[in-house]
Amino acid sequence: MTALALEHCDLLIVGAGPAGMAAAVAAAPSGASIAVIDDNPAPGGQIWRDGPGASLPLAARKWRDALERHANIRVCSGTRVVAAPAGDELLLEDAEHGWRMRWRKLILCTGARELLLPFPGWTLPGVTGAGGLQALVKAGLPVEGERIVIAGSGPLLLAAASTARAAGARVVRIAEQASLAAVAGFAASLLRWPGKAMQAVALADGQYRTSSRIVSAHGGAQVESVRLLQGDREEEIACDRIACGFGLTPNTQLGRMLGCALATADGGAQALAVDALQATSLPGIYAAGECTGFGGSERALAQGTIAGHAAVGNERAAKPHEAGRARWNAFAAQLHRSFALGAAIRQMPQPDTLVCRCEDVPFFALADCSGWTDAKLHRRCGMGACQGRVCGDAAQFLFGWTPPAPRPPLSPARIATLAGLAGHGDVDRQ
Amino acid sequence: MSAPALLLHIDGQPVRVKAGSSVAAALRVAGGMGVARSSVTGQPRAPFCGMGVCQECRVRIDGRQRLACQAVCAEGMRVETSA
Amino acid sequence: MDADAIVIGAGIVGAACAHALAQAGRRVLVLDARIGGATGAGMGHLVVMDDNPAELALSRHSIAQWRTLAPRMGEDCAYSACGTLWIAANEEEMAEAERKQQRLHAHGVDSRLLDAPALARAEPALRQGLAGALEVPGDGILYAPNAARWLLAEGGASIRVEHAKVEAIEDDGTLRLAGGHRRSAPQVVLANGIEATALCPELPIRPKKGHLLITDRYPGTVQHQLVELGYVTSAHHSDGDSVAFNVQPRPTGQLLIGSSRQFGTTDPAVEAPMLARMLQRAIGYLPGLAELNAVRSWTGMRAATPDGLPLLGKHPWREKLWLAVGHEGLGVTTAPGSAHLLAALMTGAAPGFDAAPYAPRGLLEAA
Repeated sequence: MTALALEHCDLLIVGAGPAGMAAAVAAAPSGASIAVIDDNPAPGGQIWRDGPGASLPLAARKWRDALERHANIRVCSGTRVVAAPAGDELLLEDAEHGWRMRWRKLILCTGARELLLPFPGWTLPGVTGAGGLQALVKAGLPVEGERIVIAGSGPLLLAAASTARAAGARVVRIAEQASLAAVAGFAASLLRWPGKAMQAVALADGQYRTSSRIVSAHGGAQVESVRLLQGDREEEIACDRIACGFGLTPNTQLGRMLGCALATADGGAQALAVDALQATSLPGIYAAGECTGFGGSERALAQGTIAGHAAVGNERAAKPHEAGRARWNAFAAQLHRSFALGAAIRQMPQPDTLVCRCEDVPFFALADCSGWTDAKLHRRCGMGACQGRVCGDAAQFLFGWTPPAPRPPLSPARIATLAGLAGHGDVDRQ
Repeated sequence: MSAPALLLHIDGQPVRVKAGSSVAAALRVAGGMGVARSSVTGQPRAPFCGMGVCQECRVRIDGRQRLACQAVCAEGMRVETSA
Repeated sequence: MDADAIVIGAGIVGAACAHALAQAGRRVLVLDARIGGATGAGMGHLVVMDDNPAELALSRHSIAQWRTLAPRMGEDCAYSACGTLWIAANEEEMAEAERKQQRLHAHGVDSRLLDAPALARAEPALRQGLAGALEVPGDGILYAPNAARWLLAEGGASIRVEHAKVEAIEDDGTLRLAGGHRRSAPQVVLANGIEATALCPELPIRPKKGHLLITDRYPGTVQHQLVELGYVTSAHHSDGDSVAFNVQPRPTGQLLIGSSRQFGTTDPAVEAPMLARMLQRAIGYLPGLAELNAVRSWTGMRAATPDGLPLLGKHPWREKLWLAVGHEGLGVTTAPGSAHLLAALMTGAAPGFDAAPYAPRGLLEAA
């Protein structure tokens, strides 16, 4: 059995969204050999995802061009981290092969994932996340002529609506669970941040309803209608697609597996703890962007820039970006205050609503479990391919359970990749 | 000006998509709501999170198990669902 | 409840002991710290092991007990009579397979030899060039965490389970719990695996770390539990780190892969290099494994005694204390048999087989 290839770099950046791209570009003039790995087919992260259904803003193109311009930046797309076999090494895998990457400095820009909570019918084909729908449409999902209902919470609902409409879909309702007062307060606050004014305008969308939450999705083999609760009035809307998401939660798995300390970010989510120079609790490891707490792309760019400079020892160059970062911190805080999830969202699942989608474990099977480990060992919740990510988020929200730190493989990985860490010695059968 | 198209096969059926499309998009073009697989109790499942987290879009691409939402279509690609 | 007996530990061995005592008419209080031990980590392989006659007797009786319990256990206990194939990679191992067959036969355990073509037909996923195998059809697999729960529930009102951590066993056999409360009963059973030495440091038990990995669902790949014959020699004679081929087809269609052994560590972290060695060995027998996706890895600590046999019986000097610990990698297999023996000793009944080999031994002198 062939051993895996071993590669080296001075600076390894995990994630090619705004934070990762900014970190690479900031570090590049130092001449360090930089490798950026990312699990999507092209750089940009979620917000600047490219594809046939995407229209990349100028800023996104600028950053991607900058990434390409530096000969000492190498981008490995379609690549995931599998394990950390040593303190200075990551085990990586793409569709073709696995390999080892040894690094001197590491910047975690692992972003955030959407918070997807269970409601009756959420497993029907045609139900996706809100950010999920946006990602799928940008990557070419045809939605022309489809009637779409978008629900959940946060400005992402509007961004998803915009993308879907641009692709020819009919967004017939946007159901935001936050109150009119909370959303109006957020809209008013947006005037403080140039560039965000467009979001305020978008909130005036004719289909947008506040104090509105999803009750259930209905259909035979796929979505045919959705029931929504508007205040205290329930209504049913015929539709082809439901895009429902409840905000974002930081991707801390790699950081946790490495042993980085966590901190409570705005909105109560656990995020990777970082200091003023974006350093984590582990020497040589930095973190930037949404994995340190949700704050939008502007803050991610500022954090990434600071981390990139700091990682190559150029703290002086990092300093001027701190003011920019601070400005966007306030935006993040406002965002979390406005779109906090109401207690009613915990009432969404019925007893037979599946909570673990991978193993088809219903809500009633979990209601009398004492915690995450109990639910996993005795009910199979979290034993599937998503490794407890979706159901873990749901269980945290519904029951307050905290899953333990992740173990390798960090995502499903070929056994050949994991086995490849062993040297040739073990082929000998003694 | 429309984007160039390419041809791939999904469960043996030829499917034409815009270049740069994900396999998840191609599943939808192939028909229905783009069902990728069946759940452990036999329910149809289609791409859900769109960003490589939920694992609902697991399919075989040229013989290897991959996530459809993070795989870009290529000319001549052979995709098998397990719906 | 005024308990006649207290069992410390609600893992598979503790649950089996509580169940056996309840069957014998006792009221049992089970104290579980919810730390989680080998029961939640192991493979749940029900395998007759014949390293020595005592091990063979215990595992054979115990598996027969599982077979009578199985039809009444729920589906979530996942009992499957899939049998074991002991794989012989070469003629030398095939000769060992033949000797094994004779030993098993002498103790009434059915098995049959498969030559190379028969093995290939039985398990097409195995690599070419293996010599053959010994099939033991009476072996099976069980999902231990749910089986333990089932055993406790079977006791009905005779068994009460309390979430409590025992901090100390006092001289008169009273148990002091975290938080200062006390529990006592005429008889106390220590059945908490490697945690036992925290309460009784004199016990000759060492943790033996093992790695495991499970794949995504690939039904139909493997039919039997597959173990290399080299497992037997390496399991009990090596003091260093070692790996052996061991793959189990789960009823879900997932493949559960073991096994590895390390002494001298209580760190539960998965060690990627150790995992790699174990997987590389497995690929050596099942080449197709390389292409399958791994979904999860974890470790467990086996409670190992110097001679590989559990300690079943009265503690030589502690008041009221009985021992059911040190089952190493055979806890699930031998749980009902161990419980049967121990309950017989505790109630003065006649055990169904000789209890002498498992009598507590090797304890360090009291400090």
